[in-house]
Amino acid sequence: MEILVCVRRVPDTSENEIALTSAGDDIERDDLVYSVNEPDNYAVEEALQIVDRVGGTVTVATVGGDDDEEILRREMAMGAKQGVLISDEAFSGSDGRGIAAILRAYVQKNHYDLILTGVQAEDGGAQVGGMLAAMLDYPFASLVNSIEVLDAKLKISREVAGGNKEMNEIDLPCVLSIQTGINEPRYVGMKGIRQVASVEVPTFDASDLAIDTSAVGESAAKVGRVDYFLPALGKGAEILKGSREENIDKLIELVKSRGGLN
Amino acid sequence: MARIFAYIVHKSGLADDSAAELAAAAAKIDPAASPTAILTGWGPELDAVSDALRASYAEVWKIANEKLAHPNAELVRKALVQVLPPGSIVLLPHDYFGIDLGPGLSIKLNSAFVSDVVAIEGVEGTCVKAVRQEFGGQVSTHVRCDLSTGAVVNVRPGAFKPLESAAVSGTVVDKSSEVSALEAKRRYLETIVAESGDVDITRQQILVSIGRGIQEKDNVAIAQELADAMGAAVSCSRPVVDAKWMEKSRQVGSSGQTVKPKVYLACGISGSFQHLAGLKGNPFIVAINKNPKAPIFQVADVGIVDDILEFLPELTAKVREVSGGKAIAARTGR
Amino acid sequence: MYWLVPGHVLFLIIPLLGAGLFSYIMAKRLVPLLHGAPDLRFDHVGARLRRILKFWLGQWKQPRYALAGLLHIVIFAGFLVLAVRSISLIMLGVSGHFVMPGFSGGVGRLYNVVKDYAATLIFLAVVIAAIRRAVFKPARYAVPAKYGKDHTAEAVFVLALIGTLMVSESLFEATQAAVQTQGATAERLLPLTLAWIFKNALISAQPSVLGSLHLAAYLAHELTFFAFLCFLPLGKHFHVITSLFNIYFAKLDRGALKPVRWGLAEEHLDQVKSFGVKTFEDFTWKHMLDFYSCADCGRCSDNCPANAVGRPLSPRFLTIKARQYSFGHYPLFGSAGNGRPLIAGIYSADEIWSCTTCGACEEECPLLVEYIDKIVDLRRGMIDDGNVPQTLQKPLKALEARGNPYGKPDKKRADWAKAADFQQTCKVKVLSGQNSAESLYFVDSITSYDDRIQSIGRASARILDHVGEDFGILGAAEKDSGNEVRRFGEEMLFMALRDQNAEAIKASGVKRIVTADPHAYNALKHDYKDLPPVEHISQLIAREVKAGQIKLNPVENEQDVYTYHDPCYLGRHNQVYDEPREVLDAIPGLKRVEMSRSRDRSFCCGGGGLMLFYEPKEDQRMGVVRVKMAADAGANVIVTACPFCMVNIEDAIKVAGLEGKMTAIDLTELVDRQMARGGNPQITQITGISARPAQSAESAQSA
Repeated sequence: MEILVCVRRVPDTSENEIALTSAGDDIERDDLVYSVNEPDNYAVEEALQIVDRVGGTVTVATVGGDDDEEILRREMAMGAKQGVLISDEAFSGSDGRGIAAILRAYVQKNHYDLILTGVQAEDGGAQVGGMLAAMLDYPFASLVNSIEVLDAKLKISREVAGGNKEMNEIDLPCVLSIQTGINEPRYVGMKGIRQVASVEVPTFDASDLAIDTSAVGESAAKVGRVDYFLPALGKGAEILKGSREENIDKLIELVKSRGGLN
Repeated sequence: MARIFAYIVHKSGLADDSAAELAAAAAKIDPAASPTAILTGWGPELDAVSDALRASYAEVWKIANEKLAHPNAELVRKALVQVLPPGSIVLLPHDYFGIDLGPGLSIKLNSAFVSDVVAIEGVEGTCVKAVRQEFGGQVSTHVRCDLSTGAVVNVRPGAFKPLESAAVSGTVVDKSSEVSALEAKRRYLETIVAESGDVDITRQQILVSIGRGIQEKDNVAIAQELADAMGAAVSCSRPVVDAKWMEKSRQVGSSGQTVKPKVYLACGISGSFQHLAGLKGNPFIVAINKNPKAPIFQVADVGIVDDILEFLPELTAKVREVSGGKAIAARTGR
Repeated sequence: MYWLVPGHVLFLIIPLLGAGLFSYIMAKRLVPLLHGAPDLRFDHVGARLRRILKFWLGQWKQPRYALAGLLHIVIFAGFLVLAVRSISLIMLGVSGHFVMPGFSGGVGRLYNVVKDYAATLIFLAVVIAAIRRAVFKPARYAVPAKYGKDHTAEAVFVLALIGTLMVSESLFEATQAAVQTQGATAERLLPLTLAWIFKNALISAQPSVLGSLHLAAYLAHELTFFAFLCFLPLGKHFHVITSLFNIYFAKLDRGALKPVRWGLAEEHLDQVKSFGVKTFEDFTWKHMLDFYSCADCGRCSDNCPANAVGRPLSPRFLTIKARQYSFGHYPLFGSAGNGRPLIAGIYSADEIWSCTTCGACEEECPLLVEYIDKIVDLRRGMIDDGNVPQTLQKPLKALEARGNPYGKPDKKRADWAKAADFQQTCKVKVLSGQNSAESLYFVDSITSYDDRIQSIGRASARILDHVGEDFGILGAAEKDSGNEVRRFGEEMLFMALRDQNAEAIKASGVKRIVTADPHAYNALKHDYKDLPPVEHISQLIAREVKAGQIKLNPVENEQDVYTYHDPCYLGRHNQVYDEPREVLDAIPGLKRVEMSRSRDRSFCCGGGGLMLFYEPKEDQRMGVVRVKMAADAGANVIVTACPFCMVNIEDAIKVAGLEGKMTAIDLTELVDRQMARGGNPQITQITGISARPAQSAESAQSA
């Protein structure tokens, strides 16, 4: 089975404290540690486990620039056979739909039985997978937490409310967005990373993929970020100083306002 | 402005809470307009929901089709594309269904898509200005979305408070006949219910979390009762798992689960960095601890210095008084 | 004549067959070692010979278990003495009047006396040992069901063989003496030897009977001797043969870890396809020799803290399982089946991750069997295969990205020194291009980032400041020392951290390094190369106290009883036991007791570095066991000299329900508190959130 996993390089939220630039137009990126988006990593692990079972290869692709190559290498160190960088100045500022269109062009130049994405990126909207599927007219399922390979189709489960699993059957080729926790991604050690350090990662630009640049990029985007701002911060806890009864009442009121009670 | 539709998720004859929230969101986009509820399904349950929605929506478009008895996003999308007028604005809850439906729907409707919106600030020209969060809620962003060719807007559940407006007397419009040839390459098989006790704390909106301060295994029940009353689940910090008072799957922390609740009650938890590392998404943190110097008070939004073994039972009693039985129904029904 | 075979022929054939069979067995046993990885142990002949004297001849480790030690020393010494006799006996069968060269005349007579007592003592020892094994069954010999059948039968069998050898030898002697007593010149046997007892018992027997007994005894001895010899390589008594070699080839440099592959320079590591030990043949020949040499005495597991708290690790069975595998896979007859991978084949992953590398097992083993290198090698193999527990992946990734396992930003590494009230009393230099200093205070990750442990950093800085040390810290340029990274098998990540640190240290131009973190101390001292001399702060403090530079005030609360907990990486691994005690004893009025397990028998607190992130399956925490030991010793304050010990012990005090009754304090915090600062003897300690000794009214946090 030929599997494509679309991955994205994002700032690592668990290891970063996000701050804003003084202009407020972006986050401070100088000290950020970047890594592959966590759900995408689970998707790559899942793809690797599938080809372990049924044969085939895993390709990882990302739309970005030179900085993004490092995560392709990381996923290759994990076991992906091939990394692909899709890069062109014209792509910058694309919204989710733009990215999906770019990926669609790449997919149409190749053959993949299965396309995986992580369910959501740290700075994304859980959209690219579904959009890509619709553009390709492939069936789609999101929040997938188990995959069983059958003949020309898959039996998958989706994570729905209350921890329940919605079992579905989906024909190949299809697009799935993968939920975290589907597996336990293998460890990628420094040694593995060093070993793929010199493997070639091909780059494709707009003309390689016959992409109409007027349909992607900032000018074509229908959704755009205006600015970043910090949500109102607390100054440490507001200690409630009433009697126990008063505190309980106040607490219930506060929790309700936060959507915590019906 | 284009017509605004609110897609209603429903189950067992009852509309999801998002129905009211979508109406509130619609009002933010266009205060003058009256959004249309749209829902798919089959049988008497669909009829019941449609009927009930007349109290809050002026028009309710009902699409009844046997193939839509179980909501399959692929089929629902096909149905909606056949029924919705071009350029419509469609609101969806950003839940397990909206995530499945929204992006693909926007492509087939050839409209824009905005995901997981937590606030809407209004319309400027042809663009709506909305607020989203990024990086686990650490920062917020304003986004503008071009509505000129329509839009699909996924709305974060719980972000919009339902409006307290006068009841409406709407009409149900049956659009079933406009839908035909529903086939998809994805087929629903069945839903496997999670084992009770098999609670996935990472998907919970409210957590009553306990630490060493619970002192002994028998006291865990105190937290469970509060959780039941609140429609929440009980989670814990590592010492509780070490002491084998709770299962490992309940542990929040860097070596446990990462949770993103809206509300987090940290009861008798000191607030070590390993524990807090498992808490994401900027939840509303309430800390209850008898030690006023516990580090948790640095990160909590609200703190109460009290003995949890006495405080929690009283809180439970009050919560039950306030919410009646709705919390439990909501938890099992959603 | 025996049946149809003349005596001297028979007694030639038996030894030849015996020796032949033995040689065959030994050759077969040598085969796996030829398949093993290289191990460079042929240097430092002098040092190795000295170790033979100390550990082999001197049985240095045996007395650590008094009774078993005594019994073994007796048997060992006896065997050495009897070696001459055994050979003589064999030769006697071939040539009736054989006398060992050099053992004629006076020397021979003296030897005969000594050997008779030796045989008697050995016999007594094996009887006591057999009763001990079969009746009293000391706990450490027990074999948990999952490891197979009990070993008592084999032990008693061997003791019986030895006993038989002694009896038959003495009977041979006694029957001869009995005949001669009846006749002419008597060979005098000394009283209370086994031979003497037998002689007196047989004194009135018929000469023909004596003659038969004499021959029977000889035959019995001959057969038993060669049976025993051939049995040795089949089980735990292989050590009788291999101990000499195992000790000769034992590791000289205790602190250093085995490289990924001996004889392979670091620059060539990229070419190595597979890191670590994954199959039996990946072990070095010396490690395989270790497996042969284990005497199954159980002392290692008896002292292993992981074993004590119910983790799946038992060092003894790490070795026994490997030996059983080796015996099975390289059989004496026939060929081996297919090999199995070690992990999941004979070991579980948890078994290998459970080890805290405390070194108690290696400290105890009388045969100097090495464990830590094997565990690290097995971990290297697991890391290479991506088989890493999920809980460890996050800190490892954080170490790669940020240089610390907590994932905190590297630029905040020196923030502990910038705490407002601290900065006013003590300025800490950050060594960069502009700044330089004589000494480097290497802080390491936990002291830099953990809110509670930062107080150790501040206390250390104040002490260094007080004694006028010109010191600085590396600040954001410092990365984790990597001690645990290496011991968890991530060799390349360790090398990256090491290189970054080494570069920063060299650039700083410091001439000395001091640290309060024993794990950093160990890594800088043994795993890093070409660094300025490193010492632990307890050594500096002890020196300054002796020199009068640090004067210590009397304790405020004379009721407190203090005990010192030896951190594994300061004590056992680096033999720094005395200095911290000297410091404590220099505090007037401080009452100090020793726990029953102290110094090189200290009980690990639970481990440091990455161990804090590993979630073992265990019955209780090591820290809790340790805290209870402190309570049993009558102490209510535990003093330690390692930040990880502090974390584990403070946590354990809470878990054990001893909050308010027991507190922990670091040596630096204690010295900082008691230091006379000229003018103001009692400075209030600025600590993190921690419990204070009993006098204070503040209680520790409840949650």
